[in-house]
Amino acid sequence: MKADLPKLRSAASVQFSRFSANRMAMISVWLLALTVALCFLGPYAFPFTAEDADFDNISAGVDLFSIHPFGTDDYGRDLLIRVLEGGQVSLMIGFLGALVAGVIGVLYGAVAGFAGGRTDNIMMRFVEVLYGFPYVILVILLSLLLGGGTLALFTALVFTLWLTPAVIVRAQAQSLSRREFIEAARAGGMTSWQIVTQHIVPNTISLVIVYGSLLVPEVILSESFLSFLGIGIKEPQASWGNLIQIGTSQMATDLRLLLLPGTLLALVLFCLNFIADGLRDAFDPNEH
Amino acid sequence: MIPFVAKRLWNGFLTLAALATLTFFVMRLAPGGPFSRNRKISPEVQANIEAAFHLDEPVYQQFARYIWGILRGDLGPSTRFRDYSVNDLIAAGLPTSLTIGFWAILVAALVGIALGLAGALRRNGWTDYAAGAVGVIGIAIPIFIIGPLMQAYFSVYLGWLPVGGWNDGWRSLILPVLVLALPNIAYISRLTRSSTIEVLRENHVRTARAKGIGPARVLLGHAMTGALLPVIAYLGPASAALITGSILIETVFALPGIGRFFVDAALNRDYPLVMGITLVYGGFLIIFNIMTDLVRGWLDPRIRHEG
Repeated sequence: MKADLPKLRSAASVQFSRFSANRMAMISVWLLALTVALCFLGPYAFPFTAEDADFDNISAGVDLFSIHPFGTDDYGRDLLIRVLEGGQVSLMIGFLGALVAGVIGVLYGAVAGFAGGRTDNIMMRFVEVLYGFPYVILVILLSLLLGGGTLALFTALVFTLWLTPAVIVRAQAQSLSRREFIEAARAGGMTSWQIVTQHIVPNTISLVIVYGSLLVPEVILSESFLSFLGIGIKEPQASWGNLIQIGTSQMATDLRLLLLPGTLLALVLFCLNFIADGLRDAFDPNEH
Repeated sequence: MIPFVAKRLWNGFLTLAALATLTFFVMRLAPGGPFSRNRKISPEVQANIEAAFHLDEPVYQQFARYIWGILRGDLGPSTRFRDYSVNDLIAAGLPTSLTIGFWAILVAALVGIALGLAGALRRNGWTDYAAGAVGVIGIAIPIFIIGPLMQAYFSVYLGWLPVGGWNDGWRSLILPVLVLALPNIAYISRLTRSSTIEVLRENHVRTARAKGIGPARVLLGHAMTGALLPVIAYLGPASAALITGSILIETVFALPGIGRFFVDAALNRDYPLVMGITLVYGGFLIIFNIMTDLVRGWLDPRIRHEG
């Protein structure tokens, strides 16, 4: 960083300007926003839903100027609408899942790191054992245990993904808990819980934003992966994963069923990865 | 070194025990059973089948039987493939999975390190950009999109390679190995690139150069070990990614490996097979992690002495 930056700028504004100087990251933000808007608003532009079958147009091909711009599937359901509504599910699970997993992980890590000693030992031992599990297996088993379906999948994903933020935040919280301002807070009569939520957590926030942004693509990828295998979200509910699975089974005759959801999923993952890179560079430039 | 290995083995054993217990109870608590079908069968037949698989016993007794079986190396009969034991099925599927996994990790390590080094040594050259592009593609496009696309192009359109299956010798290996290696190539080349750039700036490398040692010897003799440490550390998580990947690959390419057996067993509530494969995966992960740590400790004394 140049030395002639104005001295009085807040850390947040420096980080924000660093992020907005990253061209790939900014393009990704706009592309992602566009995709999200398309997924959530696009379906309203059509007079039918993803589950309405159009029996006059079964397996219609791509015709950009017809009522079904990207054609229909075997049941006469509009492919574009299905992909967009599938995107709603995938994106919702991605962002909500990362948020919930992040909050759980941060609180768990902050408590463990702040408490230290015996509590910390037990809490982190538990994390360690869970870490040793093969991740996919755990997700598959949990979503089976919870009976399948969207909510079960969501819970299983959150349950397996809070571990990494917990470990990262715990290390940070541990070093924070020895600092003077924590001592001062305690001397001033704050309870441990107040210290954790008002001093420890806010001080780990930049770390959490960086790693949390990596969680989003991970959740989306896991969701589509499981739906692809037939364990996650099931028909007639569309998600990018199960749409890609249908596309794969018909790719020898009709590649568009694979390409449309596949391209959107890849685009979203591209964007999220570049945004995460941009955030990391903005928040801790020393890393590189 | 020995206490270090012993500690890791003990930790691994605890993890495996927890995994076995969790899997057992998850499968028992999950709704539906291996023999709950749409088709009605008479209560006597149902009772007979359940008795044959000891499903009529109380849960603690089933659990004891299961643990005792594991200790004797017997994972029980499969409830779906009636004539096979879980041991048979794993013995049949494991070689396929291991072959693909082995070649994929080898290809990923060789190509990934080569791309990373090329990128680090000629920064902003065309190899650097090519490696960057491979990296982005490998990370952002999931296996289950790349796999079918490659099948569509190389097998259906060009007809060079089989679409799937395991009957064409080395030709049926190429696509699965490539697709499975791709995301790992991406991570490994990124890691190698950044760590090589970092190491080349260090004092001992500068000293070696100042002494007049040629660039090839500086790279291989002085910079390489340090540059590859993060890559070796990544091999632990890579093994977990490999398991995830191989489940997908075996489904996409219709390969008879344990990953496909696992998905099939999970969907059909074949408890013994799910538990057996889970243990195999868990054991594999633990052994791989310990080996990774050993190699790191061997290369980097700081890690060894930390314990």
